[in-house]
Amino acid sequence: MATTISKPETLVGKSIRRREDPRLITGTAIYVDDIKMPGMHHASIVRSPHAAARIARINTEAALGHPGVVAVFTGADVKDLGAVPCAASLPGLRVPHHHLLAQDRVYYSGHPVAVVVATDRYVAADAASLVEVEYEPLAAVADPEKALAAGAPAVHPQWPDNTAFTFHQEGGDTGQAFRDAEIVVKQRITSQRLIPTAIETRGVVAEWRPGERTLTMFSSTQIPHLLRTLVAGILGMPENHLRVITPEVGGGFGSKLIYAEDALMCFIAKQIGKPVKWVESRRENFQCTTHGRGHVDYYELAAKRDGTMLGLKLKLIQDLGAYHQLLTPTIPTLSVLMMPGLYKFKSISADIVGAFTNCVPTDAYRGAGRPEATHGVERMVDMLAAELQMDPADIRLKNFVGKDDFPYATTTGLVYDSGDYAQPLHKAMAEVDYAGLRQEQAKARAAGKLMGIGLSTYGEICAIGPSAAMPAGGWESATVKIEPSGKVTVLTGASPHGQGEETTFAQIVADELGVDIDDVMVVHGDTAVVQYGIGTFGSRGTAVGGAALFYALQELKAKIKKFGAMLLGSDNVSLVGGSCVDDATGKSVSFAEMAVAAYHAKTLPSNTQPGLVATHFWEPPNFTFPFGAHIVVTDVDRDTGRIAIRRYVAVDDCGKIINPLLVAGQVHGGVAQGLGQALWEEAVYDDQGQLITGELTDYALPKASFMPLIESSHTETPSPVNPLGVKGVGEAGTIGCSPAVVNSVVDALSPLGVRHIDMPLTPEKIWKLIQQGGRA
Amino acid sequence: MKRKISLTINGKSYTDEVEPRLLLIHYLREVAGLTGPHIGCETSICGACTVMLDGRTVKSCTMFAVQADGRQVLTIEGLAANGKLDPVQEAFWNEHGLQCGFCTPGMILSTKQLLADNPNPTDREIRRGLEGNLCRCTGYQHIVNAVRAAGKAGA
Repeated sequence: MATTISKPETLVGKSIRRREDPRLITGTAIYVDDIKMPGMHHASIVRSPHAAARIARINTEAALGHPGVVAVFTGADVKDLGAVPCAASLPGLRVPHHHLLAQDRVYYSGHPVAVVVATDRYVAADAASLVEVEYEPLAAVADPEKALAAGAPAVHPQWPDNTAFTFHQEGGDTGQAFRDAEIVVKQRITSQRLIPTAIETRGVVAEWRPGERTLTMFSSTQIPHLLRTLVAGILGMPENHLRVITPEVGGGFGSKLIYAEDALMCFIAKQIGKPVKWVESRRENFQCTTHGRGHVDYYELAAKRDGTMLGLKLKLIQDLGAYHQLLTPTIPTLSVLMMPGLYKFKSISADIVGAFTNCVPTDAYRGAGRPEATHGVERMVDMLAAELQMDPADIRLKNFVGKDDFPYATTTGLVYDSGDYAQPLHKAMAEVDYAGLRQEQAKARAAGKLMGIGLSTYGEICAIGPSAAMPAGGWESATVKIEPSGKVTVLTGASPHGQGEETTFAQIVADELGVDIDDVMVVHGDTAVVQYGIGTFGSRGTAVGGAALFYALQELKAKIKKFGAMLLGSDNVSLVGGSCVDDATGKSVSFAEMAVAAYHAKTLPSNTQPGLVATHFWEPPNFTFPFGAHIVVTDVDRDTGRIAIRRYVAVDDCGKIINPLLVAGQVHGGVAQGLGQALWEEAVYDDQGQLITGELTDYALPKASFMPLIESSHTETPSPVNPLGVKGVGEAGTIGCSPAVVNSVVDALSPLGVRHIDMPLTPEKIWKLIQQGGRA
Repeated sequence: MKRKISLTINGKSYTDEVEPRLLLIHYLREVAGLTGPHIGCETSICGACTVMLDGRTVKSCTMFAVQADGRQVLTIEGLAANGKLDPVQEAFWNEHGLQCGFCTPGMILSTKQLLADNPNPTDREIRRGLEGNLCRCTGYQHIVNAVRAAGKAGA
């Protein structure tokens, strides 16, 4: 027993380089495509070139006869299996049966029709081209507004109006608000389809072990446990005979939940009795992995002439695509929840129409419904300011929920946890010298230059979420084990894929237990090892998973203290720096000594089980509500329409910060995806439902040279929702970004009479606007 | 008909019979058993498959294995010498120049090339120099910081 105790330095709040990185920077990390198994076969998927067609005939003979091919599967082989699931439960929702492979009809370009399995990747691809499919093309519709128009081709013949659902939500009295209004601003605002584009495409390896009657599936997913439950359901097999492992996952951004291919590969592995691998090509990724956004929004904003905002109406048309993936119909409902933004709206009214189109389904993509709403609301606020000739900062400050108003109940039924919305705006304005910039802008305009200053003040719904608001639970789980040697293992139900929780969770553990961070191992993404969890999406990894970890640590600490008290023969002991100390004598026992006592169990404290393990399933009482202010200064070239971003200042409040370096990374990455939407990216379908932007050669993903320097800083308002005070930061940058950029460019072009431009703000679009004197 | 190729990968000799159509990236991953070079697009846009061929970066998804016959290939696995990380690897780690890590092997090798050509690049030169490598996670800012830091460390 030692008597000198030194408390180690606190790690939470420090920029610690990531513990994930050594394997990643040396090329030794294992992603799905790195997995090889003895006897492993390869699958290649035959996909429809048509967006809508009847399948008259499929001939697989030539493919089957190709040397190296072991099997070809078509719709007939999987017609009795379950459907790709949709977790949404909106009233009256029309859910088309989403077979794993097309049956007698295809509904979007890229629709899987057949799977060829061969001994080699190249052979599988060769043979896939030998599968003869006779299509009878049908009329397709790719635009959601056209799909809803009378006489449009029916995506699903049983529902000729192409309407999957309508949804109405109202809070307060919008009728009164619009009667009281002294000014009403109206605008149609689109949020274009985006392609999430994780640099690692999706992939699955499945292995059937006949002796055990078990399936092991490696999948690049964000939700290993939910995937296990859902795939077991599709296949009609016992869930506990399916093991899902998410090895290294090369980005997700909402697009890696569950797909037909997950269940298909499990089915095929069992059918052929060999392991099988399928890795998506980039073209398949663009055609067949869910897209994001896809909104056409009609906004009406009612206000007083002094700038007081009274009510907001929205008609939201959501492009759903041909099917519902896991969360597809719920995404626009998040937009409605987010409509009040940071403002004291007394009334909100929203009508959603979910439109089927002959396109790949939309689903969650970084922000998932919230960027769309924030973009619309922040644009409307700017349009109102312009009409009233008010400064956009002043109108926001006038309408913010006040810092003493928390908890604040919104008209959409949310309760904002904490905040001081003016603070990040003031900080951002000070950083750019807002008043000085406006003076500079006046001079620039006098000289005929197009300079813009744009801001957005955004809020978001994070730490998703309380189970009551979720289709399949919104809690998270953690197990902490002190091993017999005194080392610490954490099993988290979250499934990080780049966010860095192997580091931030170890920081939390090191602080709570007082152990060296190198003695902590964080394990995730294996359903045979980790207790059930929900996964990583919706800025929940640390805000929900970290909180579960915190509570598990408290339970474990209470147990350790019992062993410490027993060994020290004292009732009054404290945990200090990885030891248990007798408060009276100062004598201590180390973790290793207590761990040995707990596992050898020669004697046990009363009512105490052997071992040092604690598991906590934490149900969050509320969402968290991060917020912030982004200011963007742009210069628009009159001759080329090119937009140059001179300054990008982001002040984000994500609650308490565990690792500033990682938070900065999340902000930068989020802003890059927001800028991508604002300026460059768009999934374009032609009238026949062909994806024109079908490869990285045609889809303008931001490159290093596109990006401005992001000046990122923070205010720190702890959340009362969880004991860590964290709010989540994964999506903040994306949500705050696009309206600030578009507001800036509209501000630059406002001398030409421009009041709104839809994204992406390509040079061509801007140049045409300038040439046409501001008229679209 | 298969053709015999002999090449050196990370200092080790390899001789194999390959189909002429086999891409170098598939040779490295499927035949030589490496996991560092990744496949992100197969159209030479994303740069995840970047390796060095006789000391110059190439995108191994747009080159046949037979074209590497008799040549020297360096992949990310060969960069750390005797277990000691290359200064560029250290810089990416220190500066949080990666998140999901999928683009990282290519990004690090492109950085090696960039710094070999221009040991003291400006931020603008770094951003231009990495245009052939896409990252969806970081927004590139920490990558730029990492390249700058590696340059200063004399990588």
